[in-house]
Amino acid sequence: MSNNQAVKILSFFVLILIQGLVLNHINFLGYINPFLYILFILTYPATNNRVLFLLISFTLGFLVDIFSDSGGIHAAASVFLAYIRPPLLKFSFGMLYDYQSIKFSQIDLGNFFIYTTIGVILHHLIVFSLAFFNADMWFEILKTTLFSSIFSIVVILIIKILFSTNRK
Amino acid sequence: MQQIVNFVLRNKTFLMFMLLFSISLALTILNHSYHQSKYFNSTNVITGGLYKWRNGITQYFNLRSQNDMLLEENERLRQIVFNLPPKDMPVSDSLSNRLGMFNIYSAKVYKNSYALPNNYITINKGSKNGLKQDFGVFTSKGILGIVDDVSNSYARVQSVLNTKSRINAQLKNSNHIGSLRWNGKSAELVQLVDVSKFAQIKIGDTIVTGGQSTIFPQGILIGAISNFKIDQGGDTYTIDLKLFNDMTNLGHVYVVENNDAEEIKSLDMN
Repeated sequence: MSNNQAVKILSFFVLILIQGLVLNHINFLGYINPFLYILFILTYPATNNRVLFLLISFTLGFLVDIFSDSGGIHAAASVFLAYIRPPLLKFSFGMLYDYQSIKFSQIDLGNFFIYTTIGVILHHLIVFSLAFFNADMWFEILKTTLFSSIFSIVVILIIKILFSTNRK
Repeated sequence: MQQIVNFVLRNKTFLMFMLLFSISLALTILNHSYHQSKYFNSTNVITGGLYKWRNGITQYFNLRSQNDMLLEENERLRQIVFNLPPKDMPVSDSLSNRLGMFNIYSAKVYKNSYALPNNYITINKGSKNGLKQDFGVFTSKGILGIVDDVSNSYARVQSVLNTKSRINAQLKNSNHIGSLRWNGKSAELVQLVDVSKFAQIKIGDTIVTGGQSTIFPQGILIGAISNFKIDQGGDTYTIDLKLFNDMTNLGHVYVVENNDAEEIKSLDMN
């Protein structure tokens, strides 16, 4: 097993623990929590084995669900995010992605910001739609999605900047 | 046959996505139905143990407020006990541990959530301590919820701050009953629906648990009326209650078992 893979596996479990034990209990302004764990899905290496990637994302979301007693909402949103990631990458990075040469440690922060923003909002929209599970609550769904997304994006970017090895 | 295999191979990513997404949705829907939510949740050994470890650290942050709350409750209970006539003083019977209709267990909150539409609380007692599904949970200030799943050493409580929650409640100064629900909006306000319009209510009135439920004893505090309106049909009130409990700061809780629950339920069935 290469060093890179070990880091990947370790970050998988660390992200779940941080999400379950710390971030789920922030409750900023009473209801706003960031979902940092999707950083794992966002920065997973661009791969041809998409089936494996879907399975890993499902497991990630499912474990977060167990911590939050939320059934399967994080699993659903994570699988969705993993599935739409290729078009999202193509949209945000253009050329780079076409050659399968994208390295998340060396990318432009501006592009990564766009990529993260779209990914986070889609993911959070699914999480809160399933959590409320009621079309009459559309205002609450949109409000919670918006505020949680802002919080998540900020946290994800901070962690990304702190932990990227070779910054531009 | 060849074509089917080819189709599966060609679309394997999409098919895998559909499969996993359907499983997730099924889990979500199962979690939304009360008696089937017992498969994957935080009462298992691993997450329970992790929450226990977390509680070992975080319990110190609100120790002072928890102590004040317990002291306040002791003071109130002493007041009641010392003012009872001597012959009414409850004495535990050495032949049976049963002291009346209700058993009380104490427990600690390991995990609390109040930001989601369906909130659950994990506590540190489970089936090995005698807890079962449908036991009521309350604090010194008011009700908290109902036990909805137990593992060996942990139990999950469906909080009153859960859109699925339905608890029988009544006005303290008359016997008009209603059903306690939550609309998912504020962690301080819950709703009492289906209260007859003949009830005399005003803002500030106290709401307590009703006697019609086999889960809670009658008269456990819930909250005070902060707002009310008449339903569209014109026959019933929908009341907003401000909970006495601060749902964001929970420490010690009590679990109540109704020894006669089975008997009452079997009577109702006939």
